[in-house]
Amino acid sequence: MSENKEMKTREGGEMQSRSEQDVFLRPAVDIFEDGHGITVKADLPGVSRDRLDVQVDGNNLAIEGRAAIDMPEGMESLHADVRTTRFRRSFTLSNELDAGNISAEMKDGVLTLRLPKRAELKPRKIEVSVG
Amino acid sequence: MLGYLTGFDNDVFDEFDLMRRQMDRMFGDWSGPAGIRSLAAGSFPAVNVGASEEQVDIYVFAAGMNPKTLNISLQQNLLTIEGERNIEAPEKAQYYRQERFSGGFRRVLTLPEDVDPDKVKASYHDGVLQITVQRRESVRPRQIEVK
Repeated sequence: MSENKEMKTREGGEMQSRSEQDVFLRPAVDIFEDGHGITVKADLPGVSRDRLDVQVDGNNLAIEGRAAIDMPEGMESLHADVRTTRFRRSFTLSNELDAGNISAEMKDGVLTLRLPKRAELKPRKIEVSVG
Repeated sequence: MLGYLTGFDNDVFDEFDLMRRQMDRMFGDWSGPAGIRSLAAGSFPAVNVGASEEQVDIYVFAAGMNPKTLNISLQQNLLTIEGERNIEAPEKAQYYRQERFSGGFRRVLTLPEDVDPDKVKASYHDGVLQITVQRRESVRPRQIEVK
């Protein structure tokens, strides 16, 4: 296969007029919490590890990715559900999460982010003493 | 402005997305009649189809699949893609969002009539299934030399 090319979307034989800069796909996410922290799973099909950008700025978590698709030259679009190659989604974190210890894993276009709770804030069972 | 991870859904991009979907519903994304076997916009998985003189390429955006669960068949020019993506919810976890598709899917696409069902290749990479079908040579435009 030749090197990856940005997926081109064409309408009526012309490149889409809307600038790609302001069009983003919003990846579907699952978010769940357990005793250790919060896990975010995002569908980013076509995004490889090196085209993924996860950033924490203050308490803002931003997920961005660019899909790369092998496409031969001179291809005309017959049908396009996906009309941009850029994914973006962001969340605001809360203070009890340890933003410095977020881990990320990418497999088959699925991003898994683990956001651990600060050790001192992990839930503790409070014993009620019977007096 | 942004959605709280554990709070209400007030992401500014959600608002745009909602507006766009409402506009699409009201005015339609009119591009002629819809295929009889086409699915509603936003159905899983998204599919793009591109064609060149030599081949037709189908891109199925299905992240996190086990390629072994994919079943692809081509009957003349009718391509059927079936698969299953089962997301197992971890025990003892509280869900805030569960947007990712879980379950079985089936998409049927009508390809150009000159595709050759004997020349199909499929690969799965980074969550995208790519199917390439060659077109029959006889119908490709040929340059005729004038002597």
